[in-house]
Amino acid sequence: MTQMTARLGFFVLLMPLLLWLALLIIIPHIDMFLLSLRERVGVGEYETSFANYLILFTEPLYIWTFVRTAVMSVLATAITLIIAFPVSIYIAKIAQGRLQQILFMLCLIPFYVSELVRTFGWMILLRETGIVSNFVQWVGIVDRPVEFLYNDAAIMVGLVYTSMLFMVVPLVTTLESLDNSVIEAGYDLGGSTLSVMREIIIPHAAPGIMSGCIVVFMLSLGNYLTPIMLGGKDSLWFTEMIYNQFIVRFNWELGAAFGFMLLVLSSAIVWAMLRLTGQTLAKTME
Amino acid sequence: MIPSIPQPAFLRFTYGAYVALFFVYLALPLTVVIVFAFNDSQFPSLPWEGFTWNWFFGEERPMIGAFHERAILRAIGTSAWVALCVSVLSVGVGTANAFLFNRYDFRGKNLLYVVMLLPLVIPGIVLGISILVFSSTIANGLWDFAKIDLEVLRPGLVLVILGQFSFITTIATLVISARLQKFDQSLEEAALNLGATPLEAIRTITIPFLRPALIGATVVAFLMSFENFNTTLMLVGSDAPLTIAMFDRLKEGSTPLLNAVSLLLILGSSLLALLVILVQRKK
Repeated sequence: MTQMTARLGFFVLLMPLLLWLALLIIIPHIDMFLLSLRERVGVGEYETSFANYLILFTEPLYIWTFVRTAVMSVLATAITLIIAFPVSIYIAKIAQGRLQQILFMLCLIPFYVSELVRTFGWMILLRETGIVSNFVQWVGIVDRPVEFLYNDAAIMVGLVYTSMLFMVVPLVTTLESLDNSVIEAGYDLGGSTLSVMREIIIPHAAPGIMSGCIVVFMLSLGNYLTPIMLGGKDSLWFTEMIYNQFIVRFNWELGAAFGFMLLVLSSAIVWAMLRLTGQTLAKTME
Repeated sequence: MIPSIPQPAFLRFTYGAYVALFFVYLALPLTVVIVFAFNDSQFPSLPWEGFTWNWFFGEERPMIGAFHERAILRAIGTSAWVALCVSVLSVGVGTANAFLFNRYDFRGKNLLYVVMLLPLVIPGIVLGISILVFSSTIANGLWDFAKIDLEVLRPGLVLVILGQFSFITTIATLVISARLQKFDQSLEEAALNLGATPLEAIRTITIPFLRPALIGATVVAFLMSFENFNTTLMLVGSDAPLTIAMFDRLKEGSTPLLNAVSLLLILGSSLLALLVILVQRKK
């Protein structure tokens, strides 16, 4: 009897999981892949081929945007890490008690606010009539309004801002677990700040660095709002191409191929990063 | 580096200034959004034209406030409804998943666990288009074979809910699992020894223990759904949730009305976040 209930319970619990993963994750992605293999040869006539992928790799605009998105996402990840690392050490090691908690909470606040609001904030700051432009005029660096918006630097500022939390939290968590006496021992043995950093702190923080970088990279790669709102006409982002093919051009076959390539790129880099540090996905998510 | 290691005063000062600057950077965009919600002007930018509440309560053109702008109110309602559905669904399935992965050993468990994590590493836009493609495959198939037109499979709120559910469930599962792992199963066994049925034991012992995680997961799911943009963008029909409605307006040019709505959003999500912290602290 108990055996029976246990088995029944098992299947009742298994069902929602299987339905969810099969119907909303696995089959849709297979279907998207199949769609990307369809080539339109005439009205309502299709053939199976890699033609859509060929278009991506032969049309300079598409492949250029693809590479650009990847490179800029890597750059955004690196900048986020460089900015966040000292701050995380400060929160984890120097700030004490109350202050530590408050600083950590402050880092979380932007995350609770919609990405749209954050981007809007940067638009108010950076536009020609915006705060930064008025500020540099007031200081006297320039004598007319300057447009800071609609360029790649603005995209970078927005991406780094949006991703900051996902870098700071894992960094602070791993750094907190590093015993102060280990750092002290490093200095006692004659290490300089630089060598203690290189030999002790960074190796210890490696798992945090890795999971932070993975999340930030994925978020940047898949971002749509920030490049659209902060970037100019020429600052294309790959997600924008996907949206245009699906919604504007109604060329779903090509859009599906683009989407699949974005997925491949994102998975490949995540896999490479995990491989590089010998971690597993399950461990990184904890 | 750490307080017990003396550093030159100049270095300490520079470091402190850097951290202070970092927090200014974090606060700056949100601060300007909030401040310009009260600017008595048609544009959320300088010059400062004086303080006004009109972008919240104004009833006449050209300053219709957030509380009188029909389209915005409707979008907030839509978002709240979607978020409610998503949080109920994802916490329900997430709880089932947490019990499954904690209590049962079965073949393929590790593989299934990794697949369960995948939604978090799939870009939101790709998640959106794959569900869009699959649902229209089904809809077209139904139309070709049986001449049935299923409206729910076309872009609209049902697809938005399913799309958000597909990745928020992973987060709910992780939150609830983390708490369930800390549960001492001997408590449940004690209840069983005292004559409770397995369901009674779970209801009276395990679920109360899980409550902080359940509430936390519900609020996080609600917030993530309310603020979701990428997946929603690909699946949205004629009823736009708030983020999409605001995005459409922002593209046409912004008035401080958007700042006012943003401020309300900030207030709302801070209150919910505070709720989570209070619930977590009580445990």
